Amino acid sequence: MKKEEVPQDEGNLSKNNVRELLYATDEYGNYTTALSKGWEPKSIALSNAMNDIFERMESAKAEILAGNSSPIAYFMEASKMDIGILASYVGIWKWRVKRHFKPSVFSKLSDRTLQKYADAFGIGIEELKNFKAD
Amino acid sequence: MEVGFTHHQAAHCENGVASNLLKHNGFDISEPMIFGIGSGLFYVYIPFLKVNHAPAISYRPMPGTIFNKAAKRLGFKVKRVKFSNPKSAQQALDQNLENNIPTGLQVGVYGLSYFPDEYRFHFNAHNCVVYGKTENDYLVSDPVMEHVTTLSHKELEKVRFAKGAFAPKGQMYFPTSIPKQSDLPKAIIKGIKETCRDMLAPVPFVGVKGIRTVSKLVRKWPVKYGVKVANHYLAQIVRMQEEIGTGGGGFRYIFAAFLQESAVILQKPELKELSHEMTKIGDRWRDFAVEASRVYKNRSSKSDVYNLLADEMLKIADLEEDFFKKLKKAIA
Repeated sequence: MKKEEVPQDEGNLSKNNVRELLYATDEYGNYTTALSKGWEPKSIALSNAMNDIFERMESAKAEILAGNSSPIAYFMEASKMDIGILASYVGIWKWRVKRHFKPSVFSKLSDRTLQKYADAFGIGIEELKNFKAD
Repeated sequence: MEVGFTHHQAAHCENGVASNLLKHNGFDISEPMIFGIGSGLFYVYIPFLKVNHAPAISYRPMPGTIFNKAAKRLGFKVKRVKFSNPKSAQQALDQNLENNIPTGLQVGVYGLSYFPDEYRFHFNAHNCVVYGKTENDYLVSDPVMEHVTTLSHKELEKVRFAKGAFAPKGQMYFPTSIPKQSDLPKAIIKGIKETCRDMLAPVPFVGVKGIRTVSKLVRKWPVKYGVKVANHYLAQIVRMQEEIGTGGGGFRYIFAAFLQESAVILQKPELKELSHEMTKIGDRWRDFAVEASRVYKNRSSKSDVYNLLADEMLKIADLEEDFFKKLKKAIA
């Protein structure tokens, strides 16, 4: 890639303080570096990934409202985690984490266990107990 | 408490940290040199593993290997320490800072508050250097950032003890002995040889063959999983390819820059020719990303787009196979 061709697409990132360094060639074909403000294919891929997370959050919310799932499901998606990652953050086996997705099991969890989840999600224990789907 | 440390921005975190730490210790070496000597160019498809609910494709070797290989080949020593609890991890880091040692850290990206939200996924193989501490913050030189930045004590603990795949376990590292003279030509040849071997490996998941395997999968995606999932997978490929710290097209350019520098050191003008060739391959990877992004943005009007993309991957694979065969000959 030539230095003049280094993309400068103003992206839709939540912070625009990020300029990346790229290696590109100058007019003699020699390598030098250049800064890039962003590149469209990449910012679309990133925003796709974010939309995917939002969709997962929405469907988790719907499941909770329908009484099929516990609030853990929602906060797991909101923290961009999957069950494996969540299990390693809370230090609980995966199959037990899966069980905690059941509202009946969730309602009986001790505050200590709930605190582990709250810490993993970076929220207060109350948010987990009184889940508001708005 | 602050160690005098010069921050240089880099295209990739691991090379960047390595090059910055070495420069700090008086061993002037560029990022592309570290990348090439440490055999940073790679391609691997890991079957059965899912990352962010999509197939795992990596354009880089395992975290830490670039630095370790470069260290071995250049003859300097790196000390790496992992910790079982955050407190001793913090003490060891503070101790280093008191001894004026800027220290490399493996960290999780998710907790890095200075990144935009879109970058913050649970990816645990990021690298940065801590070079000082104030009452509330640690002073951080993250090589992919333009300028130095900070993290609060709490935040740093969080990113050092991020969980999941490649959990950093507080890992910190720093060079302990730096040779005055290093056999650069020998190190370069070793690095190139290994890259050629990896990219031409007779294994279906690695290197050129890995690209071909993924191309076959791409063809099947829309039928097998439906358009929505296929699009998600495709977007994931592009993210793996061009996101900070990974890089498909971007890595090809770093490698081309490395070949250009090596052509002078080894006095082999044919490496310069090959450098131009690698630049063109890098351009094709970027064109591939553009085409792919049209598909997952639903802008592509072409029918059969997945087949076209798969064909393009095959073409790139052919070009790379040809390229690495020539490179192998050039340094033999």
